[in-house]
Amino acid sequence: MTFSVQAAVAGRGFDVSLALGEAETVAVMGANGAGKSTLLNVIAGLLYPDSGTAELDGRTLFDLTAGRGRWTAPHRRGTALLAQEPLLFPHLSVLENVAFGPRSAGASKQAARETALRWLGEVEATELQSRRPAELSGGQAQRVAVARALAADPGLLLLDEPMAALDIQAAPLLRRLLKRVLAGRRAIIITHDVLDALMLADRVVILEDGRISEEGPTREVLQRPRSRFAAGLAGLNFVAGHITEHGLQAGGLNLYGHHDAAAPLPTGQPGVAVFPPSAVSVFPSEAHGSPRNSFAVTITDLEPRGDGIRVRAGEAGQLSADITPAASVDLGLAPGMQVYFVIKAGAVAIYPG
Amino acid sequence: MKQDRNGGYGGVPRWIYVLAAAGGLFVVLPLAAMVVKVNWAHFIPLITSEASLQALGLSLRTSAASTVLCIVLGIPLALVLARGSFPGQRFLRSLVLLPLVLPPVVGGIALLYTFGRQGLLGRTLEVAGLQIAFSTTAVILAQTFVALPFLVVSLEGALRTAGNRYEAVAATLGAGPTTVLRRVTLPLVLPGLASGAVLSFARSLGEFGATLTFAGSLQGVTRTLPLEIYLQRETDADAAVALSLVLVAVAVAVVALAYRSPRAAQRAPAPSGARTTTAAAAGGAVR
Repeated sequence: MTFSVQAAVAGRGFDVSLALGEAETVAVMGANGAGKSTLLNVIAGLLYPDSGTAELDGRTLFDLTAGRGRWTAPHRRGTALLAQEPLLFPHLSVLENVAFGPRSAGASKQAARETALRWLGEVEATELQSRRPAELSGGQAQRVAVARALAADPGLLLLDEPMAALDIQAAPLLRRLLKRVLAGRRAIIITHDVLDALMLADRVVILEDGRISEEGPTREVLQRPRSRFAAGLAGLNFVAGHITEHGLQAGGLNLYGHHDAAAPLPTGQPGVAVFPPSAVSVFPSEAHGSPRNSFAVTITDLEPRGDGIRVRAGEAGQLSADITPAASVDLGLAPGMQVYFVIKAGAVAIYPG
Repeated sequence: MKQDRNGGYGGVPRWIYVLAAAGGLFVVLPLAAMVVKVNWAHFIPLITSEASLQALGLSLRTSAASTVLCIVLGIPLALVLARGSFPGQRFLRSLVLLPLVLPPVVGGIALLYTFGRQGLLGRTLEVAGLQIAFSTTAVILAQTFVALPFLVVSLEGALRTAGNRYEAVAATLGAGPTTVLRRVTLPLVLPGLASGAVLSFARSLGEFGATLTFAGSLQGVTRTLPLEIYLQRETDADAAVALSLVLVAVAVAVVALAYRSPRAAQRAPAPSGARTTTAAAAGGAVR
């Protein structure tokens, strides 16, 4: 009993293959335009890929490998889609909205009503049953939309940034609700929020430019990111290059670090170096001594960060350092200034990329 | 105007109001002139004569029938034009809209050469025992021919504005295309469909040229109210004016009906988060 998809959409440079276990929730993350929504639309049957196959619990969703052209219509797939906006049918009451899936599946009016009431209870919205969607707040409407999607009894639930359109008070409530209803259920959730991935998903998949750049258990991906996007999510500095005896070489930059592996890594292999911005100090001139990295950078931006200041430097602000406001004032930092970033070798983790 | 007083910026130059007033007068003045001309003493007898009542009854019956025909044929056309994608779609749209700009008398001639005795389908139909030209059926066909574009244009606009996001969600919830059409699409565009139907009814009610050409003017069979008015004008001007006023009254009632429901829909409350989607849907419906 599994789900698997492999699909390519040439026009969008999209080529992804993904499989889910029986009760697994996967978070899909990536920059805008990376192909996250394309993935969900292909699975739901709203977008026709150029090639690929998909299977859900032994049923073929589509099979477009050479010579074959099997395509299951969206309403026969059992892949309910929950979008950013609740999209409750405005002409139906809340109860009728939730009963829509069971009714479409052929349930009697009475049975559909009972199913709908049960799911409305599950999302704590029973008292809203006779309201019209226009009379609901954004958070209430999205809760009803969750009930409506679950009432359709989908084999795979697709969630496209369900929290993105909610205000700051409503989002945590829905996140708790999703955590409860997604337990033991197969789902794919697109999100921009690392908290969603940690709380709701067993596994995270990072999409970059229409391909999967990295995937693995959420905690592991955040602790040892192998892609710039995942490192950004975890709030870590990320340098990709080749492994050397004492660290990593990336272009003109030589970083000393500790090989984050049981055995020393073979040199010359592609690898990455990762270190937190808090481990970076900023000096006006080059510093030497002990095993430390020191290299010249040009400041691109200064921005507030918690009680400190984040100094972004290097091409496109790719490296950052967190320092205290006092230190920033002492150094007289400003964008365009050249300074030295100094990092203790012990704080730089190096592992294969 | 009310909105302006409440502080919203109107952005309309004053001289525009002068021209708008001229435009309004241009429409209202002839109607007023007609009302002035009405012979009120004989008004009731004039509009309740047998010929008048027959004409009015025929007009209402045929217009209702052609409106039903417009709905049955117009919904599929609008759906195919708004949501479908096939070669020649734009060409089909211009063809369907052609009766809007075609002189009705030309439409009547075209229908005559289709369903008339010597027409394209007429001979086949006659073999089957059906004679359409110069019958009440011909009146309905003539009215449908000229009124259909009104329904298609109105509904196609509503369908386009509404978009198909609700339909996509409905499909992922397990609803087949026919269920989606019945339970989601049509209810969502109902205001657009209603105003399209009302416009079609009004156009059917006023149909003259195509009816006269294709159906003739037989009292009680094909002589609708506009034909009766035209005929009376030659012999009894008072009767023509009285009947015209009846037609104006029916038209005003129809237009009032058409523009009442959308406003009622706009008044529906749409608080907080759901506002954008509801407003978009309602906007599409109002059109």
